Amino acid sequence: MTDTTIRPVLEAIDVSKHFSVANGIGDAAVVRAVEGVSLRLLPGRIVAVVGESGSGKTTLARLLARFYEPTTGEIRLAGAPVGRTRRARSEKTYRKAVQLIFQDPFGSLNPLHRVRHNLERAIALHHGRMSRQARDERVASLLERVSLVPASDYLDKFPHELSGGQRQRVVIARALAVEPRVLLGDEPISMLDVSIRLEMLNLLDSLRREEGLAILYITHDIASARYLCDDIVVMYAGQMVEAGPKDEVISNPQHPYTKLLVESSPDPHRDVAVDREAIFGDADELGEPPSLIDPPTGCRFHPRCPFAMERCRTTEPPRAVLAEGRWADCWLHEVGRAEELHEAPMTELITRRLSEETR
Amino acid sequence: MKYSLFGNGKVTFGVVVLGFFVLLALVGPWITGSVLGLDARTNDISAISAPPSAEHPLGTTQFGQDVLAQVIEGARGSMFVGFLGAIIGTAISVLIGVPAGYFGGTTGNLLNFLTNLFLVMPVLPLIFVIAGYLQGTGLVMIAFIIGVFGWAGGARTLRAQAMSVSNRDFVQAMRMLGESNTRLIFSEVLPHLYGWIASMFLGGLIGAVMAEAGLAFLGVSDSSAISWGTMIQAAQQQSAVLRGLWWWFVPPGLCIALVGTAAALINFGVDELANPKLRSVSRRVVKRTAAHRIAVASEGA
Amino acid sequence: MTTTALTARNDAARPVGSDTVLDVDGLCVEYAGAGEPVRACTDVTFALRRGEILGIVGESGSGKSTLITALTRLQRPPAVTTAGRVLFHPQDGEEPVDLVRLTPRKLRALRWTSLSIVLQSAMDALNPVMRLGAQFVDALREHDRSMSHTAAWEEARRLLGLVGISADRARSYPHELSGGMRQRATIALALACRPELVVMDEPTTAVDVVMQRQILAQVLRLRREFGFAVVFVTHDLSLLLELADRIAVMYAGRIVELASATDVYRTPMHPYTRGLRDSFPPLHAPVTRLEGIPGSPPDLRALPSGCPFADRCPAVMERCRTELPLLEPHGGRSVACHLHDEGIRP
Repeated sequence: MTDTTIRPVLEAIDVSKHFSVANGIGDAAVVRAVEGVSLRLLPGRIVAVVGESGSGKTTLARLLARFYEPTTGEIRLAGAPVGRTRRARSEKTYRKAVQLIFQDPFGSLNPLHRVRHNLERAIALHHGRMSRQARDERVASLLERVSLVPASDYLDKFPHELSGGQRQRVVIARALAVEPRVLLGDEPISMLDVSIRLEMLNLLDSLRREEGLAILYITHDIASARYLCDDIVVMYAGQMVEAGPKDEVISNPQHPYTKLLVESSPDPHRDVAVDREAIFGDADELGEPPSLIDPPTGCRFHPRCPFAMERCRTTEPPRAVLAEGRWADCWLHEVGRAEELHEAPMTELITRRLSEETR
Repeated sequence: MKYSLFGNGKVTFGVVVLGFFVLLALVGPWITGSVLGLDARTNDISAISAPPSAEHPLGTTQFGQDVLAQVIEGARGSMFVGFLGAIIGTAISVLIGVPAGYFGGTTGNLLNFLTNLFLVMPVLPLIFVIAGYLQGTGLVMIAFIIGVFGWAGGARTLRAQAMSVSNRDFVQAMRMLGESNTRLIFSEVLPHLYGWIASMFLGGLIGAVMAEAGLAFLGVSDSSAISWGTMIQAAQQQSAVLRGLWWWFVPPGLCIALVGTAAALINFGVDELANPKLRSVSRRVVKRTAAHRIAVASEGA
Repeated sequence: MTTTALTARNDAARPVGSDTVLDVDGLCVEYAGAGEPVRACTDVTFALRRGEILGIVGESGSGKSTLITALTRLQRPPAVTTAGRVLFHPQDGEEPVDLVRLTPRKLRALRWTSLSIVLQSAMDALNPVMRLGAQFVDALREHDRSMSHTAAWEEARRLLGLVGISADRARSYPHELSGGMRQRATIALALACRPELVVMDEPTTAVDVVMQRQILAQVLRLRREFGFAVVFVTHDLSLLLELADRIAVMYAGRIVELASATDVYRTPMHPYTRGLRDSFPPLHAPVTRLEGIPGSPPDLRALPSGCPFADRCPAVMERCRTELPLLEPHGGRSVACHLHDEGIRP
């Protein structure tokens, strides 16, 4: 986010999405899946959205892929607002620019269609009629782009004849067939075997480098986010709570939730000789994310937060901008208590707070 | 693992029986006429209500008509009504059920309402009213009535299945590429429902054959046409049961039962193909596992 | 504290001793499919000490789940245990029993009291139409008929308290709890009859990282209190490096390396272990370009005659293609790789 002359290719401005769900008695409850989210994707850069299940990160990806309309807020493609009316023409322009990679490579390919069908349909839809030879060449080059070589080995395979990693490559090749400018990855590696995840991340990285794609990488795995992306956005209970350059966010978290998330993530390179009990701490009750039907007032993290103050319970925290592109939504910064964040591990702080409360 | 439809004895039996009757319906009347020299409509005055004999292998009716020739001729009528009724019913249930599941929303609700309407309609009285209104009801009209009033249950099943397939990621993914609804339905969703549709068709076939017989029994039929249903109806009118003319009503009854059984047996196989959850662990696998265990144990000893 | 922990870990790598709770020897499991039987687990041998946490790590198709179902006798056709034994040594000095050949009746008596299982999905283990506490009461009284109803309820509340679930939750139904709470309840339920061995099959895969941390912290604390041994199966090596005493790495149905967590992290001997370790990007250390392991695991129906990892191995040699390396002891640890042959066979 250093170069401000680069224009964002896809932008979400103060976007919210509420779903209404019917409960058993027939009343409808409102699930506030995403609230007040703003995000900019720049060409050649990767932004990671990190959060637990129920944080709204998948809903955000699907909003950006225009699976559904935002309840409020606006999505802009190359600066132009995307209309609420679904005109076929603008719809097609959008599809050609933004593609989504699903989490499950087993589910996102039709088991009844060969690899060839998937790629040819994508080409036909966006590039119109072309000669058989031109189309074959295009299909082959797409497969080569995702390292499925020789392409002829894969063209006539059905999805069930491919491994998980190969399937996800086909899915990526299909998305690339329309020559998009933005790739949205909804946990694209979480269902793949560990040993092939890195190849997939490296592939996404090369797409960013060589083709200047803007990539949104959605994940629950902070370590992989750090490996791949430039910036990290942390989501909690449907809201963004912190953002910034990846190493800043991970090594110096400015929101209590980010700190809890980072400290909870396994780190294979933590010195394993240290006492195991210390690694895990005495985490008795770290709390769980709230229901999005009736989220807590004020800061949504306050029921779990060891620093919670009176105002956290009543008023949403203001955005504390710490540097260009680096911010956190937390009252601690407003009242000058930010240093307290780094006094001790979160598990210890939470346990301390709990024991104080019971006393 | 590949699943073979014919690796299953039940299915093979069903296919053989059904195939036999289809063949009978196609070439049977020609055989009776040219090879055996029998005719379903000729009245043999010398043999009235005669039990099976060399001349009339299945005996004759009250009117001296040959029962074997009638059964074979009736196969044509019954199978015709069965297939036509099943085709019409299945086609309507696909045309209504699949879009209902795929689209959801207002379109889906509307189609679903239509389905429910036909589901709760008192079908039998309606058929009588329509049959009365249409006067002479040919076999085509019977098949048409059976199809038009029998699709609702199938449409409901297809709606549920189409709904679940439509929500799968690969449909969403193709939609995101910009694929049109028509193509999504026909190329992505529908192929996953072939098993259900086939099963529905077989169910419809049994239903239509039975319904034809039932309607004929109740008097809604084409009296000039010969089908198993009209045969039973004629036998019943002449009190064949009370008079012990068993050769008159048993053969057509047995044929209806056989066709029904055959279609049901094929259906089991198709069901397992369409719905892998039914496959679970077959007895064969358990047997093979046990055999393997024993083989290994004896090797070790 | 740091030094004692380190010695304990080094001790953990040593071979079978008198305080062994589980002794698995040459276990083979096959799937009797339509054609040739497929061998999903081959010659699995390891020993588990009392109170130890043994991690079993592997990718899909590595045979780790097959191994677990065979160990716990939860396997269903077409899986068959074709060779080997699983000796369970009860604490009270009774004769060891072979779980593979145990009659279903005796097996039932052993479950819960000596050996219990925690599965990935808590919903599979909890009865959805029974109150949580009642399920504990059932388990407790099934194995100790002298226990009164009130005492059992009291114990249920205490057990739930151990995993941080407040006592008033005992009257809840499983669906009223969050996923994390259900999984913790399952763990408490597994511990209800004080087993000596708990087998955990991906117990934290379905929960988020914060909850995972909390659950594992509780498992460690409970182990300190009760002293049970754990076989912990997962695909997440990074987690095992922090949690386990020893780690068994499985590939294509075989254990390819068995060593202490420290050794697996610092000096992995098998190229696969090394590749797997390097498949996890660091959370704090400097980021370098990592490659993972190119290729995909072999088809178990058509295993090569040599080392199953040969096709993906960066250090593959001529003999790897022809000769299968076996798991050999190697200074307090074991590895199945020709790279280390010279040290063993002079």
